[in-house]
Formats: sequence, C-alpha cells, structure tokens
Amino acid sequence: MSNIVTDRFERLRHERMVPAGRPASAVVGSVREVLAHRQLLDLLIRRDLKSRYKDSVLGFAWTLIRPLVQLAIYYFVLGQILGASRNIPEFAIYVFSGLTLYGLFSEIVASGTASIVSNAGLIKKVYLPREIYPLASVGSALFNFGVQMIVLLVAAVLQSGFAWWRPDLLFFFPATLVILIWATALALLLAALNVYLRDMQYLVEVLVLLLMWGSPIVYSWQMVATRAPEWLLTLYTSNPITLAVLGIHRAFWSAGADSEYPEHLLLRLGIAALVGLVALFACQRVFAKLQGNFAQEI
Amino acid sequence: MSIDNDTTTDAGSPASPFAGAPDVVTVRNVSKKFTIRKDNSLKERVVTLGRAGRRHSEDFWALRDVSLDIPAGTTIGLLGPNGSGKSTLLKTIGGILEPSSGTVERRGRLAALIELGAGFHPDLTGRENVYLNAAILGQTQEETEARFDDILQFSGIGDFIDTQVKFYSSGMYVRLAFAVAINTDPDVLLVDEVLAVGDEQFQKKCLDKIREFQEQGRTIILVSHSLGQVQELCDSAVVLHHGEVKFQGSARLAVKNFREILEDRRVAEVEANHPEEEANPGKVEHVELEIPGREPGAEHRHGDDLVVRATFSHATVLPEWRAGIKIETHLGHPAFGVDSRQLQTHHAPLDGTATVEWRLEDLRLGGGQYFVHVFLAKPNGEHIVIQREAARFVVTDEDTQSGIAWTKTTERQVR
Repeated sequence: MSNIVTDRFERLRHERMVPAGRPASAVVGSVREVLAHRQLLDLLIRRDLKSRYKDSVLGFAWTLIRPLVQLAIYYFVLGQILGASRNIPEFAIYVFSGLTLYGLFSEIVASGTASIVSNAGLIKKVYLPREIYPLASVGSALFNFGVQMIVLLVAAVLQSGFAWWRPDLLFFFPATLVILIWATALALLLAALNVYLRDMQYLVEVLVLLLMWGSPIVYSWQMVATRAPEWLLTLYTSNPITLAVLGIHRAFWSAGADSEYPEHLLLRLGIAALVGLVALFACQRVFAKLQGNFAQEI
Repeated sequence: MSIDNDTTTDAGSPASPFAGAPDVVTVRNVSKKFTIRKDNSLKERVVTLGRAGRRHSEDFWALRDVSLDIPAGTTIGLLGPNGSGKSTLLKTIGGILEPSSGTVERRGRLAALIELGAGFHPDLTGRENVYLNAAILGQTQEETEARFDDILQFSGIGDFIDTQVKFYSSGMYVRLAFAVAINTDPDVLLVDEVLAVGDEQFQKKCLDKIREFQEQGRTIILVSHSLGQVQELCDSAVVLHHGEVKFQGSARLAVKNFREILEDRRVAEVEANHPEEEANPGKVEHVELEIPGREPGAEHRHGDDLVVRATFSHATVLPEWRAGIKIETHLGHPAFGVDSRQLQTHHAPLDGTATVEWRLEDLRLGGGQYFVHVFLAKPNGEHIVIQREAARFVVTDEDTQSGIAWTKTTERQVR
C-alpha cells in the first residue's frame, strides 16, 4: 500500500463520522458552516452582481437609474405637485435617504425569497449549507445599497454642503442594522416557504408595496402623529421599518434637525434590533427545519 | 428472482481492495418517502385541506430500510432499473436529500459529480465559472489557483476560457465541468451517470483519472447504466430494486443479478401486454460444453476445439427460428458470437425440443475465465429467450501474452 493511501486512511480514521447533510449542532453549527463557506458566499455574490447587468451597455448604472427615477417621481409628483414638500424642507434628501434604506429592505426580501427556487439547479445537485443562497442575496443587495449611499452623499453635499456631518450621522448604523436583521429574517423564512408555496413571490411584491407606504418615506411621521389616534400611532411607530427610516432621516436629513421625532428613537431602534434578532433566530430554525426537503420539493 | 450469495465477500460489507480500511460512509436503515402532491398553490392547498388533502397526495417509498458500509478505497457501483432508488441513495449519501428515517454518516472530503456544471452560470466566463464551481465543490480559492493550469489543460478549452460559457458547445461545457470536478481533492467521489461525456479520447482521460483516484485510495460511489463500466471499474456493487437492496457483493455477480431483474421485468411487461400469450414460451433446457480430447471441466488450451450443445424447447410449434451463442470474458467484454443466420443454417420447425451443436474449431483465446450465453430468437433476430452465463470455461493462462485473442507470436530485432 503506497504512502498516499496509508496517509489518507490514517487521516480518515481520526476524523469523526458526521451525519450527511446537516451540522450536528443547531444554530452554532449552521453559523459555523456558513462561515466555512464564506469564500463561496463571496463568489456567489459576485456571480449575482456580474450576471445581473452582463451584456447591458450601461451595466451598473442601472443600479442607480431606477432609484433616481423613483426619486424624480416622488420629488415632483408628491413633493411639488401634491405639495408634500411644503412641510418637509429639502424634500429630495428626505425621500432619497428613506428610499435608499427601504430599497435595501425590499431587495433583500424580494431576491432572498426567490433565492432558493432560482438556485434549484445547485440545490438539487450539491449539498451546501442552504442559508448561503439567501445570504448571497443580502450581500448583493448591500452592494447596491453602498452604491446608492454614495449618490445620497453626493446629493447631500450638493444640496447643503457639509451640514449633514454631525453626531446624528451615527443614527445611520442602528437604522441599517435594524433593516438588515429584519430583512434577513424575512428572507430566510419566505425563501423556505416559497419552495413549498410559490405564492410567496407574489405575496412579497404586495408586501413590499404595502410596507413602503406604511413607513414615513414619502410623507412625514409628524403628519401621522397629528392625525392618527394614539393606539394607531404606537403601532405605526413600533414598525421596525418606520423606526429605521426615521433613523436614517435623523442621520442625513439635516434640514429637519428640529422637526419632531418619536421619543427615545435610539432606544426604540435598539429594541427593534433585539426583537429582530429573536425573529432571525426563529426564522433560521424554521428554515433549517424545512431545508431538508428542499431538493425534492423544488 | 434468485439472489446469489457471493462466496468471496460476506453479504454485509463490500470488500475494500485495501486491507484494514476505515469506513467512510455508513448507511443505517435508511428509508426515504416521497409525497407526491397534485396541487401546488396556496388556493389549492387551502381548498384541499385535511382529509381531502390526503387524497390529493400519494406516498412513494424510494428507499426502504437500506443499510450499507463503504470502506475507504472502494469503488462501489449502484445498479438498478430506472426508478429503483439508486440516485436517491446517492443523493442521500451526498446530503442533498434527508432520509425519512435512518441515518447516513460519513467523513472525509466529499465531491459530487452529480450532473456536471450544475453550478455553471451561463453569463460568466469559463475562468469565473471554474472558480465558482470549484468553491461549490469545496475547494478554497488558493487551491483552485494552484490547480488552475491542470484544469485548463485537462479540459482542452484553451483560449475559450475567457469566453462566457453560454457560447460554449455542449461538449466544451461538460469537459470544463468535468475538469473542475476531477481536479478537486475528495476522499469520497459520487458519480452519477456522467462518465459517458465528451469524445472517445476525453472519455479515456476520464477513466484514466478514475483509475488514478482508485490507486490513491479514494472512495468512488458510481451510478451507471453501463454494466460493462461497472464490471470494469468497481470492486463491488449493490443492486437496488423498488428501493430495496437486492444484492450486494462482487461487481460481476451484481451485474448478473441485475440482468435477472431486467429479464423478470421484461417477462412481466410481456405478460401485461399480451395476457393471452405465454410470456416465456421458449426455454433453454440444457447447455453443455465439451473440449474434445480433455476431461469434462478441464481447462481449455489454445488450439483445442470447443463444442457447445444447447437444447431448446418452445411451447408452440416454431416454423422458423434461430439459435446462437455468445462468449464473454468475466469482465463482460464480448469475445465471440455466432448464430444460425450468420452460419446460414436452416433448422427444421421447432416442435417440442431441439438440440443444436456448435463446434468452434481451433479456438485460440487468451487466458482467463469465459462465459457462454445461449439464445433462441425469432427469424427477425428478436430474442425469445437468452440464458446468460449458461456455461463457463477457463482458458489456461500461460503468461506468454495478454488480451482476449491468442496467437502464435515471434519477436526479433529487425534493424
């Protein structure tokens, strides 16, 4: 028996037998597995990004064109024609900061939901920790978010110089974190459910539309505060997306520094993040439970 | 159907060609149930909730109580008719499917050649896909970089490596995918029906690579419909039928067993299609071999004659018929074959039984074991009955030459 063979057998003899297909320990195992595949995750994100605009002349510019057009519509139609901007100074920055953050949320949820089904070819043929597919959607959404943030900063500079450079800018981090946690949780859950019920993809379209109008992106929180009854306002303000959008306004919308925000915004964001983590944990458990049958149900 | 017990291996575990090899895969009482649903939208599910819902689904057992130990260094073939559960078993070992009950445990690095290029993205270039696919197969970026030249050379893609793979021909696509898969460093390799890709030269490269893997003590689990390939490559094989293990043992006996299953199925199909006809009207009653001038059962020496005598029977009178024999090596390679049409023999109508004799004069075969198959056929060549391995003989191995053919050979230096 040659050396290469005895070495291999010796190494195998010392390796522990593990069940095929699933890490032995629950969440820790899943996290460890995903971490072990981070290079692959990186490549999958690149694949998503590269293939998206391959063979298009404008390429990555399209990442910007859609939100810019959206911005133009909301700015002119809502801001100028319907007069929302009368109560909201620097309406363009206001809308674009909210839209950018909400874009992150909607992209993660929408592409995350479709991620398992659209990677059916791989899932049916190779075992990889399946969390990797929704996470790749999160990654490519984050990249697009980064590009839009640059545009937002440029716009902010053009509009009001460096007035936005102040301590409140730090609200950006908790706001983005809350969105990331909740979007990832939803993406995991919906991605798993979508395998069993393809209705999820269409449900998500509706959900994303509803949630956008359910948070103060193109109108202001004050408008709701003055008109809605107490219980509805509490409910509205407890929405993690509302909190995150308020956070990002607080960070970038310097013109509205003296406008009214809900009390203890930072604390609320913290709570939203914590509750989000619990939700993420629960969704991961559901995902892990359902993933065993992905290959046969797709 | 009969189940042979291979005397050389105990029925429990396939023998590894390497002594004292640790197990890399253990399959314990694995069953896999598929539920086939006939509705797939929210509305349909809600409408058919509960009892009615159960009527809309059907259970199907793809695997039933399968147990298997695979020691390191083995090449094991999974055989079975379509739908017998062999791919399901392979996917369960690969962790792609979770068993409904039982456990599958394994260790070592695993790579799956289950459908090549599953991870290829048409819009990416060959190079980008190589890195992506290698990562999917568990390679790190550095490992892939180190092997990139080997992969490129093995695939024979050349300058097309920086072209998007959607412009590749299907052969190039598969070659590149195979090159990536084969240039990983697995302890266990799962292969599903993919060895028959590319042109002949490429196939040979693949088989050489598989042999190299075997020498390096890697374990290969192979699903193939090519019985010759299984006999040639595998140390042992498992025959699955309706999700159950029907046979486990040497590759040759497994192939024989599998052929019996196929024959049983053919008979069952004929019976289902023509219930009024008897499915198996023809029979090979008796086959005997004789080597004139030698004891019965003695080894054949090149130059001896070989006489094959076969007795056929048929339930009805056959006005016209053909009979023939085939000789194969123990690996299943055809060595010789002849039948009534080729010899232009016209037999009298077959009423009851008939005995046919073939005399193979001055037969010169290389040393080893040979099997004789005997068949009875209709005038158009359609087999009525074939009895595989109806008889066996051994040709004395003299170690003066190799191969199936034997011929008197001289060698001298001419320049």
